[in-house]
Amino acid sequence: MLSGILIFNQKGENLIFRAYRNDCRPRLADIFRIQVISNPQVRSPILTLGSTTFSHVKHENIYIVAVTKSNANAALVFEFLYRLVLLGKSYFGKFDEEAVKNNFVLIYELLDEILDFGYPQNTETDTLKMYITTEGVKSAITNNPTDSARITQQATGALSWRRADVKYRKNEAFVDVIEDVNLLMSATGTVLRADVNGQIVMRAYLSGTPECKFGLNDRLLLDNDAAGPGSANPSSGGRSGGGGGGGSKTRAAAGSVTLEDCQFHQCVKLGRFDADRIISFVPPDGEFELMRYRATENVNLPFKVHPIVREIGTTKVEYSVAIKANYSSKLFATNVVIRIPTPLNTAKTTERTSQGRAKYEPEQNNIVWKIARFSGGAEYVLTAEATLSAMTNQKAWSRPPLSLSFSLLMFTSSGLLVRYLKVFEKSNYSSVKWVRYMTRAGSYEIRF
Amino acid sequence: MNRIRGAFAVPRKGETFELRAGLVSQYAYERKEAIQKTIMAMTLGKDVSALFPDVLKNIATSDLEQKKLVYLYLMNYAKSHPDLCILAVNTFVQDSEDPNPLIRALAIRTMGCIRVDKMIDYMEEPLRKTLRDESPYVRKTAAICVAKLFDLGPAMCLENGFLEMLQEMIGDPNPMVVANSVTALSEIHHAAPETQALQVTPNTLRKLLMALNECTEWGRVTILTTLSEYRTSAVNEAEQICERVAPQFQHANPSVVLAAVKTVFLHMKLVNAELSKTYLKKMAPPLVTLVSSAPEVQYVALRNIDLLLQKQPDILNKELRVFFCKYNDPPYVKFQKLEIMVRIANDRNFDQLLAELKEYALEVDMDFVRRAIKAIGQVAIKIESACEKCVNTLLDLINTKVNYVVQEAIVVIKDIFRKYPGYEGIIPTLCKCIDELDEPNARAALIWIVGEYAEKISNAGDILAGFVEGFNEEFSQTQLQILTAVVKLFLKRPDKAQGLVQKVLQAATAENDNPDVRDRAYVYWRLLSNTSDPDAARNIVLSKKPPIVTTIHSLPPALLEQLLMELSTLASVYHMPPEQFVGQGRFGADAVQKAAIEEQLQNARENPLAAAAAAAVDGTSAPQQQNNVENLLDIDFDGTAPASAHKEPGGGVSGLEGLAGTPVRVESPAGGVPSGNNNLDDLLGVFGDSAPSTTSAGAPPSGGAGADLLNGFSGLDLTGGMSSPPPASGSNQPKKTNEDIMSLF
Repeated sequence: MLSGILIFNQKGENLIFRAYRNDCRPRLADIFRIQVISNPQVRSPILTLGSTTFSHVKHENIYIVAVTKSNANAALVFEFLYRLVLLGKSYFGKFDEEAVKNNFVLIYELLDEILDFGYPQNTETDTLKMYITTEGVKSAITNNPTDSARITQQATGALSWRRADVKYRKNEAFVDVIEDVNLLMSATGTVLRADVNGQIVMRAYLSGTPECKFGLNDRLLLDNDAAGPGSANPSSGGRSGGGGGGGSKTRAAAGSVTLEDCQFHQCVKLGRFDADRIISFVPPDGEFELMRYRATENVNLPFKVHPIVREIGTTKVEYSVAIKANYSSKLFATNVVIRIPTPLNTAKTTERTSQGRAKYEPEQNNIVWKIARFSGGAEYVLTAEATLSAMTNQKAWSRPPLSLSFSLLMFTSSGLLVRYLKVFEKSNYSSVKWVRYMTRAGSYEIRF
Repeated sequence: MNRIRGAFAVPRKGETFELRAGLVSQYAYERKEAIQKTIMAMTLGKDVSALFPDVLKNIATSDLEQKKLVYLYLMNYAKSHPDLCILAVNTFVQDSEDPNPLIRALAIRTMGCIRVDKMIDYMEEPLRKTLRDESPYVRKTAAICVAKLFDLGPAMCLENGFLEMLQEMIGDPNPMVVANSVTALSEIHHAAPETQALQVTPNTLRKLLMALNECTEWGRVTILTTLSEYRTSAVNEAEQICERVAPQFQHANPSVVLAAVKTVFLHMKLVNAELSKTYLKKMAPPLVTLVSSAPEVQYVALRNIDLLLQKQPDILNKELRVFFCKYNDPPYVKFQKLEIMVRIANDRNFDQLLAELKEYALEVDMDFVRRAIKAIGQVAIKIESACEKCVNTLLDLINTKVNYVVQEAIVVIKDIFRKYPGYEGIIPTLCKCIDELDEPNARAALIWIVGEYAEKISNAGDILAGFVEGFNEEFSQTQLQILTAVVKLFLKRPDKAQGLVQKVLQAATAENDNPDVRDRAYVYWRLLSNTSDPDAARNIVLSKKPPIVTTIHSLPPALLEQLLMELSTLASVYHMPPEQFVGQGRFGADAVQKAAIEEQLQNARENPLAAAAAAAVDGTSAPQQQNNVENLLDIDFDGTAPASAHKEPGGGVSGLEGLAGTPVRVESPAGGVPSGNNNLDDLLGVFGDSAPSTTSAGAPPSGGAGADLLNGFSGLDLTGGMSSPPPASGSNQPKKTNEDIMSLF
């Protein structure tokens, strides 16, 4: 599989060189530098030279490169590289040149552990952190054979993501439903594409080995329930803790959501979900992403944007952008930022807004309009004018789409609701659960 | 600078000396720091192999971190000091019996990476013990070590029965041990098929399916890959596999999803039609989800979806919108999305698609724009009911008057003419752009249209006369078209073109050096002067041409079948059989020779290094010499390696360029076009065989399709340059492509 992992900085200096196989020679580092880093024309993440294949991803200011000599599994290679980035981030906060330089010993240690002979091994952050730690702390643990035995047991076990001896005085679980809503709207105002990429992040502080069951207003599941006569109605009973401000609705009242597709953390029993769409799992300790899902039907768009952009001759562009919040007036969105592209040869702009502040950012070729707090139902307008400087070669303006970013609490674009989260544990403790919903802009683009 | 200084420094000073002092220091922390510095120097590409004995002294330590660093050093430089490695053996053997499983595993893992023959003899005992270790962590590490050992000394591995031990370990209670055993066995199996290392029996199949649900994500990929390679003929086995694997579609890791899709897709053939339909339905949403992953993963997924669609065109029928390009998608993702959108276009969604494609055609990235326009043409030819809308869209685009848009649109319209009659009405619009066309492909396309519809264009004679006037300044590809078009005109309206045909035949035979052009002119001349059968020329030149079926590039069925078995691997990304880019047999004979020469060079480079390093151990003058070697190495490398990697494609392309009289682009080692060119060459070769027949019938067909093929492929490797620059220099690249084709015919 992988012959080696290399990390470069932007200048092409080799920061990490870890060969797993004989065929990964030091000179490959030079080849990569010449062929990819200093070659502006390369536009593919995969490059095969001779029989050597370089697959690279770029993160912050470093290149992370996998070298393979065989017909390797490309999806696995990239996924692994991204996992490495994730590991780096969770170990060092930020995975960039500086972090790599300061922690190269630790990185070598990690690379030794997560790949063996080029085959990925355990890459679970939590498990790795038990025995590969930043200096000092660790000798005590790892030099004790019984502890090590326990660690290794976990690193390979069926529950490789959870320690057995977790204890909390107060058992709590926090569920965050975070949705990224993607929109592509045409210049004529028709929705070309609207979908939701959601993720459910859980922070579990639960003792022992708890079995969790998780219920959503998933249409297929609800249909299943309805079909199976006499199945106990679990709706509100599961929500023992308060705080879930979305309000627990009975099944009749809650609309159901069609999930196009879901992906689960490896702790979820996939067979069970496949058979009867029940999400059941033993959670890792602490924060993890329980699932990701996709919904494309009945997407509620929180904002409607009407841009009018007129190019007047070759010297001026006039903008009039209206934006309306399309959610209940009890809610409000924060950090609403609207980026309005301007032609590359913009010399100067003037803006007027009915709310918030607008500023021209020449380096981005954008007028950036920020509204810190956007109440439901409100409508705001920006009018602006960009004066263009004369250009020698008149090239048409590509009119990139206008884009939006925002975050909106207690709102889900897909209409998804958490119906229950049940925790079963041997000691039968009671636990408190909290649910939070948030919708953010994914790629929210409006053409004009 | 440092190196030069180092080369002249007295051996008693310098970095190496300081490191050595640190390594033998009496304080533990100083030693550790020195080891860290040594590793740092090693990473930077400095040769610190001279420190081998001093580093080795630090191997017996209770500090795990330090031990790991020493091991890392050992792995890197073991080859330069094969004899000294033996000194480490004792520590390894001891460590492999340490009460701490982490240390046992570390020892056996590192031992396998020290590629020195002598090490093999000492590995047997520790390996045998660790394979039966009580800790699953050690067992899973030992399992991989068997594969390492096999790589080093297959004979020894077989003699000691390690393979059998591994095969037993498929039944291990720990899923990760199972996964690693399968990994090791499959590696051995692929390296030496005669060992029959990995044989899936009904019994192992059961074990694999059991482990599948419990092991780590990477282990799942291994097991799924093994399952996909398993060929069963038993329907119930196939059903069982599909049933157990399908839940993995929901895994968070895209590579697990792809591996699961692959497994189900390959085993689905055996299960009944109803069931396989539900599986196809089930795999669609996860495939779509892959499109929202990181761009690189997305790219791999898209290439694979492309393959799946060629086999099962309708699995993503309703998912057109997810493939719409985002403004910020990297170009390689955009290009692939375009291809997929065309593949899933049907008579229900083409409206939406066309609106989208038109949007793309108005963007500024020239390469992307061209592909978008090409896609419009592909849709028109694929879906008859869409044709009119497509033509209207293309006309709208022509009205934008953007130079490259117009040119590409004309090429595309030519293809539409080749399938659908009844659009002659737009010819005058096209003819208006005649002065703007500067690319041979576009000129050729327009001339072909004029020739084909000569009887309906009143001023066809005048248009062609203009081209005949400058005949010898045209590109050969255009010349061929002018020739054909004039002859067609003459046959259709003899009165108008009598003089023209004489003139052009004269120009093509007497003043032209290109044998293709000359030969074709002679053929026409003969035909026209054939008095025995006056209809001969008419029958041949104006014969009814078969309409084209599609301009969408599809892989030959046999290759497609092969690639479907390679889903999610590099082969599936390149759409090439693995033999073409892995290992030997990748090039022709002279390339093999070249490779051999390079290997020798490399050996030569390594040997002095080894020699120098060996000398370094002995003593005094070594560092100096060594530094020299290092410098030489660098120089040597910078010059040769990339150049040799490129010689072949570079030569081929620039040769053609030279022929056609455009400036030859000098390939700097850094600016090279990667192996993609090999593909182009290959493909062209294939194409060249079938092409001539079409060419003589009516020229542009082959040109058009050829260009499609080419562009399809440049998408793959992103032949570079097409994107960025101002139009003038940007047109350089397409030209080159065309010339490739032209010179072949």
